[in-house]
Amino acid sequence: MFLKFSLRSVFYGAGGGNDIQWCFSQVKGAVDDDVAEADIISTVEFNHSGELLATGDKGGRVVIFQQEQENKIQSHSRGEYNVYSTFQSHEPEFDYLKSLEIEEKINKIRWLPQKNAAQFLLSTNDKTIKLWKISERDKRPEGYNLKEEDGRYRDPTTVTTLRVPVFRPMDLMVEASPRRIFANAHTYHINSISINSDYETYLSADDLRINLWHLEITDRSFNIVDIKPANMEELTEVITAAEFHPNSCNTFVYSSSKGTIRLCDMRASALCDRHSKLFEEPEDPSNRSFFSEIISSISDVKFSHSGRYMMTRDYLSVKIWDLNMENRPVETYQVHEYLRSKLCSLYENDCIFDKFECCWNGSDSVVMTGSYNNFFRMFDRNTKRDITLEASRENNKPRTVLKPRKVCASGKRKKDEISVDSLDFNKKILHTAWHPKENIIAVATTNNLYIFQDKVN
Amino acid sequence: MSQKQEENPAEETGEEKQDTQEKEGILPERAEEAKLKAKYPSLGQKPGGSDFLMKRLQKGVWGIISYCLEPQRVLGMRPTEQKYFDSGDYNMAKAKMKNKQLPSAGPDKNLVTGDHIPTPQDLPQRKSSLVTSKLAG
Repeated sequence: MFLKFSLRSVFYGAGGGNDIQWCFSQVKGAVDDDVAEADIISTVEFNHSGELLATGDKGGRVVIFQQEQENKIQSHSRGEYNVYSTFQSHEPEFDYLKSLEIEEKINKIRWLPQKNAAQFLLSTNDKTIKLWKISERDKRPEGYNLKEEDGRYRDPTTVTTLRVPVFRPMDLMVEASPRRIFANAHTYHINSISINSDYETYLSADDLRINLWHLEITDRSFNIVDIKPANMEELTEVITAAEFHPNSCNTFVYSSSKGTIRLCDMRASALCDRHSKLFEEPEDPSNRSFFSEIISSISDVKFSHSGRYMMTRDYLSVKIWDLNMENRPVETYQVHEYLRSKLCSLYENDCIFDKFECCWNGSDSVVMTGSYNNFFRMFDRNTKRDITLEASRENNKPRTVLKPRKVCASGKRKKDEISVDSLDFNKKILHTAWHPKENIIAVATTNNLYIFQDKVN
Repeated sequence: MSQKQEENPAEETGEEKQDTQEKEGILPERAEEAKLKAKYPSLGQKPGGSDFLMKRLQKGVWGIISYCLEPQRVLGMRPTEQKYFDSGDYNMAKAKMKNKQLPSAGPDKNLVTGDHIPTPQDLPQRKSSLVTSKLAG
């Protein structure tokens, strides 16, 4: 007797990055090449269910997309994402004391898990974090005695009968309102926010300090990490990213510009200046160059959903660390090794300082990060295969499978390959996000948001 | 690297020459480093030093103070931003930029500020109603 099983489930069941066939689904944003600075996308984040997708931009605006509920029986693809709400989160400010402009650019958005009908998210610029409530209104009260329908007040002496106002349905209105403003706690630029698994507290990290907040309390925050030296001349490294552990509410990590990650336990002491674990890959001193430190700077750190691993992104690679092993990563993936022979020009045009983010898929089996020329890369941890795809309007028919791309490092360029010198370094994909449950990804180019899905038969 | 070979052709044996070339092949970073040093001879040994600081610091009244306030720039981790003398200066610069209608990129690094005392007529009008993001369009 044979056990019948679908051949497709053998290949697709594992959720491998390369057994997946990625298809174009949607693209949002303007088509024109002349990009207004305000439209530069600065962060992308799915909420915990994946139903909502938020983007922040350099102009301080947040746009939230909602996945439409698809008809499961006859759908050929998963629901599309349509605009749900948009609001101005932060405005430009001027710091009079330091004579410096405070940009309104949204550095990070993090969603709170849903507790009631409303949705909540934290958004931050360089200095101020805000808690936004996004709620739906689909009813309005009608039949007031003292007010006309248009809002004008009636003369009370003309009222002859009384009626009870009732709620009547109205067109759905989505309102965003700032519920908390967490300000004045950071001297330096905020690079990360992370919500604790207790859902009551969160951390915010700038170049030199990390603060712990309670979501209900805006006038106080606790400093939990301070790496500012007494003498600024002795400054050798800065904090580049920080994140709470997904399950242990006492644990968080922060990465540095020197390529190290420190894991701290808040139970150990109030000020976590002494790390519990230090993750650092030893470097061969004979390989050291002027660029070594710059390219080792970690631009993003993300825990796996399981909490067992964490991923770091430095300029040229993605590394997976086992929290139980501090002396080296368990996996290293080269994102664009061919750039190593271009470091001089990348330093001159400042591209070497680009901060790429990285993300896990829902099952922690595939990781994704962006590159130049609007390329993005995925690495399957199980099959060890990788793929390079391009976010481009040229592949814009829904359900067309994206063609893998290849960069030719040197020598003879094959057909369909792109040489390193032809790469457009102005087209960078810094921000990507993976739906927490499904194979849907959001990829941000400079001013456009692409949504790709795996092929659904 | 090639300069080195020209200087000491007699001393470098065939083996050494091959070693240098191999090293360059193995360490493209080193070749890139040499390129950079050739272009900027005054560049310090590693980022974080005062030499490095000089390249990244913007010229401006508040240059020295600002490096204390911008640790990422001290370490050469972030390209510098425009500094302003005060809020009037800042608003004047914004007005100038608006008139120039600069495409993409960042604020003009060569923008001269503080060239005259601002008057209310020079300052930009109150910000018009906010433009909706094109992603929502």
